[in-house]
Amino acid sequence: MKNINIKLIATISVVIILAMNACKPKNAGSAVSGDAAKKTYVAPGKYDEFYNFVSGGFSGQMSVYGLPSGRLLRVIPVFSVDPEKSWGYSEETKPMLNTSHGFVPWDDLHHTEMSQTNGEIDGRWVFGNANNTPRVARIDLKTFRTAEIIELPNSAGNHSSPFITENTEYVVAGTRFSVPSDNANGDVAINTYKQNFKGYLSFISVGKEDGKMDIAFQIECPGVNFDLSHAGKGKSHGWFFFSCYNTEQANTLLEVNASQKDKDFIMAVNWKKAEEYLKAGKGKKVPVKYAHNTYSDETHSATSEIKTEVTVLSAKELKDICYFIPCPKSPHGCDVDPTGEYIVGSGKLAALIPVFSFDKLQKAIADKAYDGDFDGIPVIKYEAALYGEVKKPGLGPLHTEFDGKGNAYTTFFVSSEVVKWNIKDLKVLDRVPTYYSVGHLCIPGGDSKKPNAKFLIAYNKITKDRYLPTGPELAQSAQLFDISGDKMQLILDFPTIGEPHYAQAVSADLIKNNQVKIFKIDENKNPYVAKGEGESKVVRQGNKVHVYMTSIRSHFSPDNIEGIKLGDEVYFHVTNLEQDWDVPHGFAIKGANNAELLIMPGETQTLKWVPDRVGMFPMYCTDFCSALHQEMQGYVRVSPAGSNVPLTFSLGKTVPEATK
Amino acid sequence: MKKILFAFTFCTSIVFFAGCNSNPTKDDFSTEEQTTETPTSTENGNPSYDPKRGEGKFTKIDVAATLDVAMATSGEKVSGVKCSSCHKMTDEKLVGPGWKGVTTRRTPEWIMNFITNTDAMIDKDPAAQAQLEICLVRMPNQSLSDDDARHLLEFMRKNDGVK
Repeated sequence: MKNINIKLIATISVVIILAMNACKPKNAGSAVSGDAAKKTYVAPGKYDEFYNFVSGGFSGQMSVYGLPSGRLLRVIPVFSVDPEKSWGYSEETKPMLNTSHGFVPWDDLHHTEMSQTNGEIDGRWVFGNANNTPRVARIDLKTFRTAEIIELPNSAGNHSSPFITENTEYVVAGTRFSVPSDNANGDVAINTYKQNFKGYLSFISVGKEDGKMDIAFQIECPGVNFDLSHAGKGKSHGWFFFSCYNTEQANTLLEVNASQKDKDFIMAVNWKKAEEYLKAGKGKKVPVKYAHNTYSDETHSATSEIKTEVTVLSAKELKDICYFIPCPKSPHGCDVDPTGEYIVGSGKLAALIPVFSFDKLQKAIADKAYDGDFDGIPVIKYEAALYGEVKKPGLGPLHTEFDGKGNAYTTFFVSSEVVKWNIKDLKVLDRVPTYYSVGHLCIPGGDSKKPNAKFLIAYNKITKDRYLPTGPELAQSAQLFDISGDKMQLILDFPTIGEPHYAQAVSADLIKNNQVKIFKIDENKNPYVAKGEGESKVVRQGNKVHVYMTSIRSHFSPDNIEGIKLGDEVYFHVTNLEQDWDVPHGFAIKGANNAELLIMPGETQTLKWVPDRVGMFPMYCTDFCSALHQEMQGYVRVSPAGSNVPLTFSLGKTVPEATK
Repeated sequence: MKKILFAFTFCTSIVFFAGCNSNPTKDDFSTEEQTTETPTSTENGNPSYDPKRGEGKFTKIDVAATLDVAMATSGEKVSGVKCSSCHKMTDEKLVGPGWKGVTTRRTPEWIMNFITNTDAMIDKDPAAQAQLEICLVRMPNQSLSDDDARHLLEFMRKNDGVK
């Protein structure tokens, strides 16, 4: 019966699509075939098959979509403030955005990477990188919230991040903009790049059980731009591969000056070797300053710690950690196939795709098949590491993902297409246009050992005419392809937030049953919790007034407060007493210079409010909670400084009683 | 009218046999995946709906003639965190009805089922539905443990004068 319904709807959709096509000029829309609606339709009340974690680009956030419907499920605030969720506005979340530069309210989140066990996505965490003020964030997939953010010293432009090793031993971060190290004098002429600028790669260890991040070590490398990276897997586990450009070491007009050489590099890093050197005490402890912020679901608050030391290994001095492999024309994507044998480099300006062999690389290192060195790092002969080249695949290859069936899928920005090719014989099998100028792509598990290659999502850089126009700024766009057959088939466009860069997708079964639904009120360890209305109160400490407030459908306790004076700082510590799923309460007060609070069941969150004038200030619940939601309100009376109105608070009494 | 509605709901639930989630409103968030409306049997195999017992896991609660003071004290604590925001100890209605006399109006089983299986009971139990028409706020499920529920019952008994 259900099937018939779906078929009926699908048929109707097909008819509509056909009808539309009949009276429309041939354009991109006609690339969609008739059964697309059936493949992407998820009936009301039904779940999507996949979660899709998409970078929010310059929004600084991470978005979560359901696939195949393309429905937006949640925007997780990560590196940018979000007044809707009080992220960076509540007293409890402010420390999450602390850095060595102080509070930073915005960043640019480029890549997402999910934690893995044995090379397979395990559904525990998803990581994101901050490109501008270099940081890495870990998001807990039980709560879909940012649990931890760590800043990276000696770095600028954390772009080749947050890619991980196959058991999530490390998350890496490589500096895009080489700079003088943090404890060197940075006040030097910019044109001293070659002498003074260095590139640092950070290896952040991840706690096996709790996911806690810590910078295990950094590797100091020559000053170039580190662009993207991926870990080895299987046979190449223990190695990491980073693409590098600007090996010209230009410091101006990079568009021209960093595009001079025929080949730049992919840098192969033997991180197991680096670990050995670290154990042998070969690292130098260097004074730096960086923030490490963690959020606790017990205290419902964040702490920020400034750390002051990092251990650095020198790639130049410790000869056998790093090797350069020449790679044509400003390589961007650096992707390792599911077997761990093939490393695909994608030169942004190239018209071919080089595929390197891990076995050949090992042999080249053993044979010392070098072409000299670059700033003390051996450069392996191109042919000695090369498995082969995909000839004339398209223009401007960027990124590659894999289907686990021996095929690779590469995006081409300049020729605006996705090309499917066979890894073994390097032959092109299929190509489809994208609308327009595709950047990253994602196949569920497509950079892991076990891809689940039902769909491919292309994340486009240009949207142009794909949606209803909305002035000069248009929706960002993703496109969904069915890749279950020999030919790729476009089945859906869906708009995204910010600019979508890299994304990850995974079967919903791995995540959907692990969700935290409420926080247990008995386990709430926030110092300002009120466990029940009996504990609600207002306490004055000098000019600071702490309101221990509770909310339950549908009233606050207390809801009448008098005796606040101009010059006071008022802290509303609101505890949501509900213990049922999906019953948040909100809190807002007139004139607050920050945001609302959105408090989940069993949680305590704090809004700071500094009244700016004498008068009556209403407060109310912002999240529709019950039939009597509109009644969930209260008043705060603000008197002049020096007024003798006593501090009182009450609920359900028209005349406030004096404070005990 | 009610009968027609019921018939309609019943037919719909056959068509979408996966389940008949009676339109969840913002207040209706059962922690269970689905609540199936099967008027003839309950989860624990109870043959038919018993309005005295309610619906839920509690079928027989042994209550002593005298008060268990320890349980009542624990129940009072639970009440302070999870119940007293909306219920007074007197017979005065606040958000929900006052607790005075509740242990004489309802059986121990009904009370414990209602406070632990709230959504299902509000959807089905005539007495709970009658209260909803008065209060207009669906009682939230406060995630009480079985012990919490038993202790609350004892506290309600204390409030009703059991010594």
